Amino acid sequence: MALPPGVLGAATTHMSAPGSSPATPTRRGTELALLGFVAGLVALAFVLISENQFQTLKPEVLFYVAGYAALFGVAHLAVRKLAPYADPLILPCASLLNGLSIAMLYRLDTPLAQQAFQAGHGYSNAAPKQLIWTALSLAAMVAVLWAVKDHRTLSRYGYTFGLVGLVLLVLPGVLPCSISCVGGAKLWIIIGPVSIQPGEFAKVLIILFVAAFLVAKRDLFTIAGRKFLGLELPRPRDLGPLLIAWAVAILVLMIETELGASLMFFGTVLAMVYLATERSAWVWIGVVLFMGGATLAYRLFTHVQTRFANWLDPFADAQGDGYQMVQSLFSLGSGGIAGAGLGAGHPELVPVVSSDFIVSAFGEELGFIGLAAMLIVYMMLAMRGLRSGLAVRDTFGKLLAGGLSFLLMWQMFVVIGGISKLIPETGLTAPFLSAGGSSLLASYIMVALLLRISDAARRPQASRPKPQAPIAEASTVLVERPT
Amino acid sequence: MNKPLRRVGLTMMVMVLLLLANLTYVQVINADTYANNPANRRSVMEEYGRQRGQIVSASGTILANSVETKDAQHYLRVYKNGPEYAPVTGYYSSIFGATGIERAEDDVLNGSSSKLFVRRLSDLITGRDPRGGNVQLTIDPKAQDAAYAGMTAKNFTGAVVAIKPSTGEILAMVSTPSFDPNPLAAHDNTTQRDTITKLDDDPNKPALNRATQETLPPGSTFKLVVASAALANGIDDANTKNLPADPTITLPGTSTTLSNFANETCPESTNGQVSVSIAIEYSCNTAFSTLAGKVGKDNLIAQAAKFGIGQTDLTVPLPVATSTVGSIPDEAALFQSGIGQRDVKLTPLQDAMVAATIANGGVRMQPQLVKNILAPDMSPISTFSAQEAPGGPALSKDVAEQVKQMMLLSEQHTAGGGKQANVKIASKTGTAEHGTDPKNTPPHAWYVAFAPADNPQIAVCVVVENGGDRGLAATGSSVAAGVGRATINAYLAGGG
Repeated sequence: MALPPGVLGAATTHMSAPGSSPATPTRRGTELALLGFVAGLVALAFVLISENQFQTLKPEVLFYVAGYAALFGVAHLAVRKLAPYADPLILPCASLLNGLSIAMLYRLDTPLAQQAFQAGHGYSNAAPKQLIWTALSLAAMVAVLWAVKDHRTLSRYGYTFGLVGLVLLVLPGVLPCSISCVGGAKLWIIIGPVSIQPGEFAKVLIILFVAAFLVAKRDLFTIAGRKFLGLELPRPRDLGPLLIAWAVAILVLMIETELGASLMFFGTVLAMVYLATERSAWVWIGVVLFMGGATLAYRLFTHVQTRFANWLDPFADAQGDGYQMVQSLFSLGSGGIAGAGLGAGHPELVPVVSSDFIVSAFGEELGFIGLAAMLIVYMMLAMRGLRSGLAVRDTFGKLLAGGLSFLLMWQMFVVIGGISKLIPETGLTAPFLSAGGSSLLASYIMVALLLRISDAARRPQASRPKPQAPIAEASTVLVERPT
Repeated sequence: MNKPLRRVGLTMMVMVLLLLANLTYVQVINADTYANNPANRRSVMEEYGRQRGQIVSASGTILANSVETKDAQHYLRVYKNGPEYAPVTGYYSSIFGATGIERAEDDVLNGSSSKLFVRRLSDLITGRDPRGGNVQLTIDPKAQDAAYAGMTAKNFTGAVVAIKPSTGEILAMVSTPSFDPNPLAAHDNTTQRDTITKLDDDPNKPALNRATQETLPPGSTFKLVVASAALANGIDDANTKNLPADPTITLPGTSTTLSNFANETCPESTNGQVSVSIAIEYSCNTAFSTLAGKVGKDNLIAQAAKFGIGQTDLTVPLPVATSTVGSIPDEAALFQSGIGQRDVKLTPLQDAMVAATIANGGVRMQPQLVKNILAPDMSPISTFSAQEAPGGPALSKDVAEQVKQMMLLSEQHTAGGGKQANVKIASKTGTAEHGTDPKNTPPHAWYVAFAPADNPQIAVCVVVENGGDRGLAATGSSVAAGVGRATINAYLAGGG
């Protein structure tokens, strides 16, 4: 299980000498430099798009780039103040993906507005909205950093988070369709011009709950319980709340016909249970449960059958049910290795390209090379989260960091796997990339939590008590021989 | 719990590797399959973003070209004199595809033709944007202008085709009513859709290229084919008077009668008999029905085939509808077919080919609309070469000469405007009944001709559907001949 030294191994040094040196660098300068580099890349993306789309440099490009740079400048200052020892890579990784997202949405706005006009309905540009949502999300991130000075306090509210999370999940399902239905999925709360997907926030709250719950019951998971087929099961009453939460989540998501989110919840909870128990048996139980659930869903729901059939052969119904998938593959294939160039492809041919299929657009215009680079940025972000989990000293922090990091990567896997026909398409948003405020807001709350945990992990602890060995293992002391 | 954290980290790396492997499969290994899939509209859109070549007339005037625009599609297709040339150029629509030369020569115009390979290679090296090649047509603007003006002056529905007899070059191709292809090339999809809806809904079918795509009963112009068959097979000769001049005959095996125009007895008869030559001169139906009966079904069909009637795969390079003499099940049908009725149906292009073949001494030349394929810099790449149509000469020189003499006589009796003393035209008119109530449906008026008779430079076929401006009283001479002569005169006056 050896990992490349640069990724997780560095954490070991922190583990061996946690906060021993009061001169631990804050690395805020590194973060600022990286943010500057990212701003340069995003500016370049905007210039390319403007040139390729309009053969001229549009003045609004300056507005976007300046706005973007200002927002992250302020965010950087807030992090410098509120979490000075936070990992310097987390915010730049998020900002790069976020910046590319605004650029791509700006690039898609023109053709999408044209399409909407020709179809005879209105269109409001996604790029300015995404920039506003970025501002709100960064504000939320700063607010979380300000309000949560120590992530361990969050573990006290585990059940509250769980309850609120469940309510948020259930809410769109019980609300009338007029304010909760968009495109076949009942996932929304629409108030005037603002539409919110409460499920996006529910996933963060439920991770908080699961982490708190598992920490509280961790001993019971690992110690108590009876043996079954060589596996040690916990007592049902300990596992009860977790199973109920999971079952309700799955049930609600099925009513709301959102398959991707249930897959995401399930995978993340499973990963967290594994983290807490260190028993791979749980993973196998989970996989069997998942297979059963998937088979049941396949039998019960025609849209699941349709998606499965489209996964096996989207070209069988290329103009009907398979249209999205086929167009996405065309988009990715047309991009090839090096891509068409930002603004020079035709990703607008892919349906819902600005949200679920935005990765196809990047695949087409940045090519395999660009998409691979973006995947690496994602992996860096998730790995930095994991690394914070390794370095932090409390169990709750470890579970939370592990859960959040896994959720990020898992969601990317389901999204990119879905649009590239690795797994059946499920209709999830790509964190930081897809258009949509709820997703962005939730993603930055996750970033805030990761920043907070990494800050705790790297913060030097001046008054840290020396660990006392149990008396039975204490060394004997050489006392000066009395004379 | 650092051990499981590391394992989760490893799992995440495996997930990334799986994604990268799958993306490699989609974007590298399978990229071409997806990129070149015909359902992938990107290749078409890319084509629309490239400068498409020009379509120019024989004299070099631009009929269609692409002008640079400021929008995302970069180039807008522009048609000058759109409606006049629409039957030839066709349209080029991003939604509805292309028709006409735009479609037939698409690979040249979009630059993907193998003929342009060397230029493309040099474009690649010099870094220039690839551009389409140009197509120069055989269409002569003088002939085209005159034909189009003649047809539109009185809102005629129909077609004009002019051919250079010695080469097969198509000098004019007009179909009216026509349409403007410009809105179909618009970058605005709504304009395109509205235009195509209007064209589809129009009962006059302006988008139909009547010159190549419509087959109509040729009426008396078909007598040229019957006469050729009779002379070529020695069944009759030009001047022996052995055909009935009666105003009316009864079709064999039936009680149905067939009569001459206006129920007249064929003039210049001797003992109620006329010769082939006189029968053409005065376009006598009873004489020609009888002649067709003498020629026989097999000879008639064979002669028609030598003129190209029945050829299914003719392209110029626009596809041409198949002309036919019909199945001719019995003697009565043969009699009717002998005057270009019953199931005989020709395209205007085919009827022009009949005239051009006679003009060219019986040798039928392959008709062609494209004179030159030009590189983006207008240097010629491949040039049209005159080709004899397959199957050998349609007529011997001698028979062709005899038929020409008959056509010269016919022209003397043909009224209509445009006659010029110094232009010696050989012609044949036709007035074809059609419809379920033929006597009360305005006939199609035909005129096929070539000139100058001694050294034919141009052969034309004019058809005006449904009587033009004369209604039931329409005849080939009163309606169609003027347009044909105007076309001939305009072309010859230009020194062509």
